[in-house]
This record gives sequence, structure tokens and C-alpha cells, in this order.
Amino acid sequence: METLMAFVIGVLYATATYMMLRRSIVKLVIGLVLLSNAANLLLFTTAGMMRGAPPLVPEGALQPEGPVADPLAQALILTAIVIGFGVLAFAVVLIRRAYDVVRADDINRMKGTDT
Amino acid sequence: MSFPLTLAIALPILIPLFSGALSVTGWRSRRVQRALAVIGTGLLLLASILLLHAVWQDGFVVMEMGSWPAPFGIVLVADLLAAIMVLLAAITGFATAIYSLSTISERHERFGYYPLLHLLLAGVNGAFLTGDIFNLYVWFEVMLVASFALLILGGERAQMEGAIKYVTLNLVSSAIFLSAIGLLYGLVGTLNMADIAAKLATVDDTGLVNVVAMLFFVAFGIKAAAFPFFFWLPASYHTPQVAVSALFAGLLTKVGVYALFRVFTLIFNISDSLTHAMLVWMAGLTMLTGVLGAAAQFEFRRILSFHIISQIGYMIMGLALAPLSPLALTGGIFYIVHHIIVKANLFLISGLVYCLRGSYELKHLGGLYRDKPWLGILFLVSAFSLAGMPPLSGFFAKFIVIRAGIEANAWWLVATALVVGLLTLYSMTKIWAEVFWKAAPTEDNATRPASGDLRALYATIAALALMTLCIGLGAQPVFELAQRSAEQLLDPSRYIEAVLGERL
Repeated sequence: METLMAFVIGVLYATATYMMLRRSIVKLVIGLVLLSNAANLLLFTTAGMMRGAPPLVPEGALQPEGPVADPLAQALILTAIVIGFGVLAFAVVLIRRAYDVVRADDINRMKGTDT
Repeated sequence: MSFPLTLAIALPILIPLFSGALSVTGWRSRRVQRALAVIGTGLLLLASILLLHAVWQDGFVVMEMGSWPAPFGIVLVADLLAAIMVLLAAITGFATAIYSLSTISERHERFGYYPLLHLLLAGVNGAFLTGDIFNLYVWFEVMLVASFALLILGGERAQMEGAIKYVTLNLVSSAIFLSAIGLLYGLVGTLNMADIAAKLATVDDTGLVNVVAMLFFVAFGIKAAAFPFFFWLPASYHTPQVAVSALFAGLLTKVGVYALFRVFTLIFNISDSLTHAMLVWMAGLTMLTGVLGAAAQFEFRRILSFHIISQIGYMIMGLALAPLSPLALTGGIFYIVHHIIVKANLFLISGLVYCLRGSYELKHLGGLYRDKPWLGILFLVSAFSLAGMPPLSGFFAKFIVIRAGIEANAWWLVATALVVGLLTLYSMTKIWAEVFWKAAPTEDNATRPASGDLRALYATIAALALMTLCIGLGAQPVFELAQRSAEQLLDPSRYIEAVLGERL
């Protein structure tokens, strides 16, 4: 499972990089979405994957029996997903406004502030 | 530890959050928002002085959020560096709030300028004070979202174009930061920075540790606008409202520098040859490219933006030489103190010049010294301080860093620092000659905005210039402060002990 996830994450990073290198601002934002998802999956996978062992403490015991899945990693990616969602929503609005002002879906036409 | 003392560390985060929330409830009333901006940042200033005092007495102030014990819950940790940074953020925030009262138009206020200002300060202070690496990421994002919105406030074309670059590169940096946290958590299984530092020493897989260190290096390098990651800064910093520019210039890149200082003194071993070499090269090239970029510019705020980059180089030089000379880190911290105040002030001056003349372009400006000699003097104080002329604060900052470079036998870095200092002086005299000294251009197509009440602007600028002068003339106390915080950084076991205590 880890190997499969490693491939998925790698492909996501690669695709994200490719999309961000395109000139279109829409593809740029798609690249950012993929990048943030790649990072979330990486966070999820490196914490160790475990199947069918929820971190529950049985009644009367002080700690769970046997190895259980790490709940912290899931809390982390939940936070990261929410933050990523908010920030990307902003990015989508931004490219829409940028399109309204510049009238082009092309980063090469947005060089006014470079020198 | 007594209750009020632990509360002192949460106040710099709580005050801006509350004033921001109150500001939102007073959305319809301009007067309420403006009053809250001054009161909120004023209270923040008091709270940060209180915090610095407490940290100066005790060495460390630690608060466990929700009373969850240290490695499990989130902790807020204030050592001297964090407390100094919070104080500087409060000074910049307060100055900006007062300055904003006369420069931010009603239209911009209606877009929610003041709530965003508070939110930005909350994010910045959170990043300085947290002792948890994932929490650091969260505060970074809070700060980023507020800065995105402030950057495009007004919605002009240049702002949109600048914002796309700013947003993209900062989101890439966040993704790299998050990936690094993921790998680090996989390695040590903890998020508490003190706990990570203690456990990482026992990890054998140095290859993976180096990879994580480099990921942090790149992520914070982008935030700090260091070479070769700085391209978002000159593309965007000259586009927003000038008060926003000043706040960004003073604070945002320094959060990245702070994170570099924190991570590479506490968690990763900086005397590792790879990290050390990377930091040295980064410092030298950041200084050089920044100042050369500035030399090619002829717009007030663009010149200043490029100088932010070159000054970041000096701070990283302080960090890079830390294992070789005990003075280096002191110099780096002194440089941050000096830089935040001077750089924010220079941006504020450019805004005042715009209020008077209606342009940032050097060729449209001129003759200001004849009309406003005192403004000229105030500019000279800040500009010479930036270039490093005695007896201003910049001289001592550069002096300590360069002295450390000589002690460390880093001759190339010392030479670069000196040449860059000279080129900074060239840039500053260019602004002086063009804006203040040369005759005003005769064709008067420059639209002059109705000059309202500018007294608040003069007062803010004069206060910050006075602060530069005071840091220069009374450098000893600031030096001692920087030295003590450098000692704390150089001995990570004290930080670890303060956070984890006997549980270690």
C-alpha cells in the first residue's frame, strides 16, 4: 500500500509542477490544487498506514490494546485540507478578478509589475 | 508559574484576534473600525512590552494550551528572540495603524482593511510564539490569507498581476513546508519543536534528515525572499496601498527569517557542512542580487523592495556564520531589529512623498528639500541608517555582522557585505538626489491629490526615525538583548528543558 501511495504522490507532485509551469492561470491554479493534495497525501502516508485498527481505548483499560492507527496524522491532514480549501478558494477568485482586469488567461501578458 | 505571566504570552495573539473580530462587528461604522485599529495595536504594543519584560526576567515563558502537557498539546513558547520579534511586530503594527488613518481611503476601508490588519498581526505573532511545528504552519497560513487580501485591496491591474506571483510562490512554499512536516513527523512521531529537537538527535538516517532540512530551507527561503527564491517580492511589494507595503516590508519576510533562525538553531544542526555551505552561498548571493536589482530601478518603492532582499542577506549571514563565531547570531538579531524599523519607515516616507507630489517615479519627483526640509532630514536619517552610516542603528548592525565574518575568516562574505553596503549608499543617494535635491520637473502633469491633514504621517515617520537614532546612539542595551537571545538560540538544550521540563 505504501509503495502505491508513494507512486500516487509522486505523480501528483509531477503533474502539479507541470501544470504550474504552463502559461494559463487556470492551469496554474489546478497545479496548486494538485500540489496541496500531494502534500496532504504525503502527510497521511508518512505517518504510517494501518488498516482496521481505530485508536479506541476499551472500557476499563487505560490504553488501547495492540498497535492502532495514529489519529494525529488524520487530524493534521484534516486541518491542512481545510486551510488548503480556503486558500485555493481565494486563488480561484483572484484569477477570476485578474482575468476581468487583464482580459487574458496568459501569464505572459501579466508582466507589468516585473522589470 | 503564575497565571498572569502565562497569560502574557497569549495576549499578543488574542488582542489582535479580538480587535479584528470586534472590527468586523463594527463593519458599518468607519469610526469604530478606526478607533479599534489604534486601540487594538496600542494594547498589543503594551502587551508585547510586558512579554519582553517577563522573558527578560525568566529566560523562557511557556504556556501549555488547554493545559495539555508539553509533547502532546500545543505549546506557546516565548524566548527572547520571539519576544523581540513580537515587540517589533507591535511597533510596526501601531505605526501602520496610525499612518493608515490618513492614507487609506474610505473605499479601501469598506473592503475590510482594518479587520485584515488585525488578522495579519495575529498570524505574525502566532508564528513567532508557537512551539509546535504544525501550529507554525497554521499561523503562516493565517498570515498569508490576510496578506493576500491586503495585497489586492483596491483591485487595480498591477495589484492583480503582482498578487498572482505572490500567491503562487507562497502557496508553493506552504506545500513544501507541509511536505517537510509530514516527513519529519514520519521520522520522529512528534510535532512539538523541543521534542523534535530532542528526538532527531537519535535518528540515524542522516540522508532523510538532510532532505527534510533542505525542504525547510527552501520553504522558509521563499518566505524570507532569499536568493534564488525572491522573485515574488519585487513583483508585488510596490503595488498595494503604501501602509500595506510598509507593514509587509517590515514584517512578512522577517517571519521567514525568524523561522530559519528557529529551525536551524533548534532542530537542525547548522554546523553540518551541507547546510552551512548552502546558507553561506544564500547569504552572499541574496545581498548581491538584491542591491544590484535596486540599482536598476527608478521607482521609489521598487528600489526599497529590492533593498529588502539585500538586507535579508545580512540576517542570513548572521545565521550562516553562527557555528564559526559567537558574535554572528547576535549580529543577525541586531540586524533584524534595526531593519524592521528602518525599512518600514522608508516605505512610510515614500507614501508621504506620494501624498505631497502624487508620484513614486523618481523622474516625476524633485525639489522636495526646498519645500519640506524636515522631511528631507527624516529621510536622510533612515536612508543613511539603511546604508550603515555611524552613528545610526544600521552602522552597528553591519559592524557586528561583519566583525563576526572577520572572526570566522569568511573573507568573501565580508567583502560582499562591504560592497553591498556601499551600493546601498549609492541607491539611497540616488533617491535623495532625485526626490529631494534636483529641481522639480517643469511639466506639471503630475496629478496632485488634495493634501489633507498630514500631521499624523509626519509624527509616525519622526517617531520611527527617532527610534533608529536611539538604537544607534544607545546601542549597548540593544546589543545586550541581542546577545542574550543569541546565547539562548545557541544552546538549544535550554529551550528543550524549558518546554519539556522534567519529562525529558
